[in-house]
Amino acid sequence: MTTLFTSDHEWLRIDGGVATIGITDYAQSQLGDVVFVELPKVGRALKKAEAAAVVESVKAASDVYAPISGDVLEVNDALAADPSMVNSDAGGKAWFFKLKIADKSELDGLMDEAAYKAHTA
Amino acid sequence: MLARESDSSQEPCLKRTPLHALHLARGGKMVPFAGYDMPVQFPSGVLKEHLHTRGHAGLFDVSHMGQIALRPKSGKLEDAALALERLVPQDILALPPGRQRYAQFTNDQGGLRDDLMVANFGSHLFLVVNAACKAEDEAHLRAHLTEDCLIEPLPDRALIALQGPNAETVLAKFCAEARAMRFMDAGPHKVMGIDCFVSRSGYTGEDGFEISVPAEEAERLATALLDQPDVLPIGLGARDSLRLEAGLCLYGHDIDTTTTPVEAALTWSIQKSRRSGGARSGGFPGADKILGQLDGGALRARVGLQPEGRAPVREGAPLFTNSDDLIPAGRVSSGGFGPSLNAPVAMGYLPTAHAAIGGRVFAAVRGQRLPLRVAAMPFVANAYKR
Repeated sequence: MTTLFTSDHEWLRIDGGVATIGITDYAQSQLGDVVFVELPKVGRALKKAEAAAVVESVKAASDVYAPISGDVLEVNDALAADPSMVNSDAGGKAWFFKLKIADKSELDGLMDEAAYKAHTA
Repeated sequence: MLARESDSSQEPCLKRTPLHALHLARGGKMVPFAGYDMPVQFPSGVLKEHLHTRGHAGLFDVSHMGQIALRPKSGKLEDAALALERLVPQDILALPPGRQRYAQFTNDQGGLRDDLMVANFGSHLFLVVNAACKAEDEAHLRAHLTEDCLIEPLPDRALIALQGPNAETVLAKFCAEARAMRFMDAGPHKVMGIDCFVSRSGYTGEDGFEISVPAEEAERLATALLDQPDVLPIGLGARDSLRLEAGLCLYGHDIDTTTTPVEAALTWSIQKSRRSGGARSGGFPGADKILGQLDGGALRARVGLQPEGRAPVREGAPLFTNSDDLIPAGRVSSGGFGPSLNAPVAMGYLPTAHAAIGGRVFAAVRGQRLPLRVAAMPFVANAYKR
């Protein structure tokens, strides 16, 4: 399994043809206390860079974009029920949604962990 | 995915309050606000800061706000009071020494130029105005009151708010007289031996105090207060969620030059003496409009709104009286998440016919129509010590 990162602080865990997507620990630390998460509908066909989910802190709402194109296979209902999971485990339990990867070549522009670390340094 | 808050270090012209170094030392996350570099939150975060203020005590730096002394040239306070009544719809003449009152500067259309606090300090009036409006307020006072008053801005004073159920116990350690003060009492007091102006008031719905202190003593006083075990530093983020739960207006959002005090549900702040038939009825800018609305009602009203779901409904969201209406009936003026309610909370403007408590309206959020209930304010009961 490979983990890739976007420049706007999302992570993708690639497992065969499926990508699991969440926001990074750096992102949650910048957002502050998360109080609401809105997830896409299962089955929705997302285009790369389309607003897919919403994460809201006490102060502000931020969009989570689809880092690649694909159909939504599954969403994390436990996260919608307890949005504070984003703050406690952004890189793990607080995944947002899973996509069926439509075009593997879209993964080429993404960062590996070392590159992402350099990006947030 | 991050809608990054603007980084205040990139803005060269921001002013600093006398507590700026203290904020940095305490790990404050700084953002530009009304031309100042201000802490939006501290390491404990907005949620904890909010709940700590309601449960214990929080310290806020509000030194960006304007402090102005209004001194009667005649030496008689009533002359300053009557002069100020030419600019506000409040009764200032009847405000007793040692008391403070909420007021608004109105414009000729009956809208609000700013909202403010006015205290009677015996020899003069003491005003606290909003940071973003203070230059214009000062010019407004000079343009209209110069004949009767000396207008003395006090830029060399900081303003510290200590709010929450433990505020009295904490402040009493440094100012024994604080205990005897009641809500909206205000006057000069020694705090830690420093000459301060203390009022029992605030912007959170909690009991608490606002302390005007000479700039050079501000850090020493703030540090002493923060060293008390019950006190945490609180940023602008929690200040906003606290005042929203308390149903208090934020100038530039819930009230502005286009909203009258009647539309803004601030009629409680207009005393009988300034209304139709009162001893000093009218005589302030926009009096015809405001008195007309007091007598005959306004077409719209500021109301409390509680979203039925979990999604916060934020400022600017259009409001609809039916879920499939195309034309908005109003809009949300402030909205977010209320940590004490553990639920989203908002306020906004609706046609008076739809402003009754319990009514259902809809907000457009990200292409959906979310239902909200018109709710009584404050959302969280006030804890003022009257």
